[in-house]
Amino acid sequence: MARENQLIEQIVKRYDEDVGMLIPMMQDLQAERGYLPADHLCDLSRRLNLPLSRIYAVATFYASFRLVPKGQHDVTLCLGTVCYLKGAGQICDAIREEFRVEPGSTTRDRLFTFQTVNCVGACAVAPVMLVDGEYYESVTVDSALEVLHGLALDNTEAKKED
Amino acid sequence: MTVISDTRLDSPADLEDFREQLLSKRDASALSVHVCTGPGCAAKGANKIYELFCEAAQETETDVNVQAKAVGCHGLCECGPIVLIQPGDIFYQRVEEPDVPEIFRETVLAGRVVERLLYPDPVTGKKVRTADEIPFYQVQQRIALAHNGLIDPTKIEDYIASGGYAALAKALSRMAPEEIITEVQKAGLRGRGGGGFATARKWRSCREASGSPKYVICNGDEGDPGAFMDRAIMEGNPHAVIEGMIIGAYAIGSSQGYIYVRNEYPLSVERLKLAIEQARELGLLGQNILGSSHSFDIRINRGGGAFVCGESTALMASLEGRPGEPRAKYIHTVESGLQGKPTNLNNVETWTNVPAIVNKGGEWFAAIGTEKSKGTKVFSLVGKVVNTGLVEVPMGITLRQIVDEIGGGIRDGKRFKAVQTGGPSGGCIPADFLDARVDFDELTKLGSMMGSGGMIVMDEDTCMVNVAKYFTEFLQKESCGKCTPCREGLAQMLHILERITKGEGRAGDVERLEALGELLAGTALCALGKTAANPVLSTIQYFRDEYEEHILERHCPAKECRGLFLYEIDPEACKGCGICLKNCPADAITGERKEPHVIDQEKCTRCGTCWDKCPFTAVMKV
Repeated sequence: MARENQLIEQIVKRYDEDVGMLIPMMQDLQAERGYLPADHLCDLSRRLNLPLSRIYAVATFYASFRLVPKGQHDVTLCLGTVCYLKGAGQICDAIREEFRVEPGSTTRDRLFTFQTVNCVGACAVAPVMLVDGEYYESVTVDSALEVLHGLALDNTEAKKED
Repeated sequence: MTVISDTRLDSPADLEDFREQLLSKRDASALSVHVCTGPGCAAKGANKIYELFCEAAQETETDVNVQAKAVGCHGLCECGPIVLIQPGDIFYQRVEEPDVPEIFRETVLAGRVVERLLYPDPVTGKKVRTADEIPFYQVQQRIALAHNGLIDPTKIEDYIASGGYAALAKALSRMAPEEIITEVQKAGLRGRGGGGFATARKWRSCREASGSPKYVICNGDEGDPGAFMDRAIMEGNPHAVIEGMIIGAYAIGSSQGYIYVRNEYPLSVERLKLAIEQARELGLLGQNILGSSHSFDIRINRGGGAFVCGESTALMASLEGRPGEPRAKYIHTVESGLQGKPTNLNNVETWTNVPAIVNKGGEWFAAIGTEKSKGTKVFSLVGKVVNTGLVEVPMGITLRQIVDEIGGGIRDGKRFKAVQTGGPSGGCIPADFLDARVDFDELTKLGSMMGSGGMIVMDEDTCMVNVAKYFTEFLQKESCGKCTPCREGLAQMLHILERITKGEGRAGDVERLEALGELLAGTALCALGKTAANPVLSTIQYFRDEYEEHILERHCPAKECRGLFLYEIDPEACKGCGICLKNCPADAITGERKEPHVIDQEKCTRCGTCWDKCPFTAVMKV
């Protein structure tokens, strides 16, 4: 018998082995590991007796699942209608150019994972950017880049302290 | 929290006693500070302000009882963070951290008003003291949002003390399930999630459907960009949603409920989870609720970030642990929904209206609104209006009242161009129809729809072709790909729209878009596909000339589509500082220092750098 994956075991038990709770299980796995590691998905498939293809279908259908590791920080730019009307598209382009990162991917130095979402529901203070869950309201190209460059600084300082 | 640890409510009388107990414990002389921590205010630092008030309340040496409360969205997000002081209902806006000690010293302890933080009436400039005097609130009528901004969403005691769960007690003890459905029918309540289907009819069909168990679902997958009504309710008053669901489940005959919440709303999940736990502890969820034979419990599921999951059958697929692909609905979900069982799904706002209807009666609710659209509707009023925020208005109010009276008109003295309602499935309504009454049927007639309640105001600087492209791109990305018209049709439409906004439009493109749009409406599998062409069709209907100007004259009248307008320097405004000249990547700008500069249109690549950089706004778009 294959080795037992403790984490998967825990998560599966949390939901009483209910296959209908596959998505919450995968969300918990991602919360734990930051992404969905392939070996864990294989273990999950075996544990639930569910074809891996079905798990893969779910993992690739929903935008919030990641199959590759994420960076140190999470940067989420809202591209909802209001944010877009107020210039979020340009902010997105500026981040892409400045940090050479495409939405959904991570900077080469793994500083941050950049993703765009449809709406974070803070439209009254658009455009909105979230960094590690913290809201930045009414951002502009300049202020967004400044915040992200601030991340770069934090990173080097953290390294110095180590 | 200590109050409820060993309390269990086994009858409606227990609930009443508990409520009276809570009210009697309330110190009538207590002063309270309500800090709005809704999405808008929180983004402006309201949580820190709340903490500072808590510290101040703890540290104060006077023997007055001061309570700081973090409450849900108050509505006027534009002026956040908002702080309300009781007694006196004093409304402070744009409160910043350094203001906290002053508010605490002056208003809370000494009862004096801090003029500087009051809301200035936009017309008279006079500072007003209370929310009731602010025009933004005057036109509103609050049912779904009645408790938002007043109660602490993390405390079930607060909800109960203000009359919460009384409707549940009434329903379980004095009403038969059928009577509740009749009451909802009398109210004329229609689904607030977009479709506007009669709620009572749905409930009755599900009640009468054969098969068990039956499920009820709350759709909290608020996917429309530009809409945050449901978020504000789930985070500002989660118990109202839960109470509505328990009543609905009793009427339908269901013992298991689900709330499906968007992945982007972690705080909603947290608040609902806590509310469910509190309701369980008190015996308001679980076996034999309030001593009745009705048993019901709720599970929360988080979405995975797929817009299509707002569609009922896709949502149910997602709840079953599958990709959220819709199915054809010739068999209704009320007969065969989740796990093939009868399932009743309603939106957050719909559920929130239920307790009020049970409490006050269907006739009371039906007296508000228009002939076929009853009650109120919550809108998130956003975009280029002065007062952005969350508003609840009676059905039948005109768009003009919402945009001008509540919204305070257009920002920066610009001209109104259109209001977009109904999210990506809705349409754009132009100035000519500003006097149209807002209800389900009226908006549909105008080629838009009520949708879940996003209301995005656009001004003269907004290019309608670009708006149509934005929504089409959005929907094309979010299309699940199951049916061909939606998967391929949207891709084609987007292709054409991209061409037009790049100045490569061809004669006949508008007609091609119309043909594709009609095809989608007629043949797509689910509501996402069927309505996906609305943004394009409605903008063609009202702004056809803008499309034609893009195609025939290669010009964007709103000057938004890059390359379809020119940059020129206003010689009057130009100070000859040379910043544009230094920054121009194409070396297209010439001019002597302190003399007006000129752009060489032959060399100019229309990148807009000069426009961005000019400190004197001397660069114009023409």
